[in-house]
Amino acid sequence: MSHPASGAAAPAAAVPAIEVRALCKSFGSNEVLKGIDFHVDQGEVVCVIGPSGSGKSTLLRCVNRLEEPTTGTVMVEGVDITDSETDLDDVRTRIGMVFQQFNLFPHLTVLKNLTLAQQRAKKRGKAEATEIARRNLAKVGLAEKADAFPAQLSGGQQQRVAIARALSMDPDMMLFDEPTSALDPELVGDVLEVMKQLAKEGMTMMVVTHEMGFAREVGDRVVFMDGGVVVEQGKPEDVLGNPQHERTKLFLSKVL
Amino acid sequence: MKRSTRRRLIQGVLYAVFAAIVLLIILAADWGRIQTNFFNLDVAAQTFPEIVTIAAKNTVVYTAIAFVGGMVLGLVLALMKLSPVLPYRWLATGYIELFRGLPALLVIFGFAYAVPIAFQWRPPGGNAGAGLIGLIVVSAAYIAETIRAGIEAVPKGQVEAARSLGMNPAWTMLTVVLPQAFRIITPPLTNELVILIKDTSLLFIAGMAIADRELTTFARDALTSQANSTPLVVAALMYLVITLPLTQLVAKLERHNKRGR
Repeated sequence: MSHPASGAAAPAAAVPAIEVRALCKSFGSNEVLKGIDFHVDQGEVVCVIGPSGSGKSTLLRCVNRLEEPTTGTVMVEGVDITDSETDLDDVRTRIGMVFQQFNLFPHLTVLKNLTLAQQRAKKRGKAEATEIARRNLAKVGLAEKADAFPAQLSGGQQQRVAIARALSMDPDMMLFDEPTSALDPELVGDVLEVMKQLAKEGMTMMVVTHEMGFAREVGDRVVFMDGGVVVEQGKPEDVLGNPQHERTKLFLSKVL
Repeated sequence: MKRSTRRRLIQGVLYAVFAAIVLLIILAADWGRIQTNFFNLDVAAQTFPEIVTIAAKNTVVYTAIAFVGGMVLGLVLALMKLSPVLPYRWLATGYIELFRGLPALLVIFGFAYAVPIAFQWRPPGGNAGAGLIGLIVVSAAYIAETIRAGIEAVPKGQVEAARSLGMNPAWTMLTVVLPQAFRIITPPLTNELVILIKDTSLLFIAGMAIADRELTTFARDALTSQANSTPLVVAALMYLVITLPLTQLVAKLERHNKRGR
């Protein structure tokens, strides 16, 4: 193991939830991430913005190794997840992930969507898993949809179920990959509301988003990426209100 | 000539040709002969009850065994073909290409006669059992390709969602991918099943004991002993009695499954 025993004993606040160092990722000859240094502190809400193709989703997907980094290290709570000795499944139970396309399991009811991984990955009993699932469904305002199938729900409801599914694993942090990009405009608000609530409760969040309003209001820090590098980062009001780089200005002039 | 008149004329000619052909068949056929040879009620009555209690029952039992066996072996082959381990992929590909390329009749014959001699091994269930192994081996090759296609048709996001929740590859396959894959492949699997029902007729080549005969073997024996074709017609009706409700049932199942898609 590359991380010494002292890593686990260190005070919780001292270890960043996510720490990415010199991360490069190529798909064939296409270099998507060109040496990223990035971190998310515990309890912090970091919004990653940037034009499409800037590598922001790839960065997020490297954090729970849905994408295999080409070089560089990704540490989650001090554990190097690029180390082949790391129990990746165990780390993943501590990282909730929400996808652009929801990715609910269409053959299972909403309740089963929420209990499946609790029972299979966390080895919780059925009663306990069901109780936790119902609590999280209530939290996203969909308690009455427990027995529905995903296809019977609107996009916004599906995404809230997906958030509840991730929360049911009691994760230490949540990754959001453009969670509202596939939604009809009138359904975006409900999902953002749930995310705001989570942020208020102190959840560590990394959010790849095009919702500048959300980034400004909820984000502790905004990271602007373009062409596979982090161009600029800082407080939302600084990055969004007073960008220092030309590329940031150009991007914001298009989306705001 | 007006376009509409011409269309009506062509249509009239087509109907007239059809009527002429039907008339020709009716007039030319020797109906008495056809009836005594194919629809002889006395001969038909003699096939009962054995055609149901032995032949139809065996056809159903053989189909069930071959289908379940083919599914189990086919699933293993499909997973091997998708395995990251290269030799597994080679093995599965070789198997599938080999047994899809051979006539089922030859494989059944081989398992009934060549394998027992070459390997000094008697398969369980006598000649019927040996033939059935051949049938399983062949159907597994087809079913494997169907299952593999089903697994690959499940969106990648499903696997990503399950893995991001910390589920290991085995549980992901078992609880997320396979249930969806089997829903996708219900129609082609039904096809395999119906084909298998009919392919049990190939088991005759294995040489069946009296009590082991399925529909076709039974009808063939009756045809010889009675010197009459009626048993073939009865057997044909028996096949339809088995296959038609089955395809209906699966169609119903498919509509039910749509709910969860």
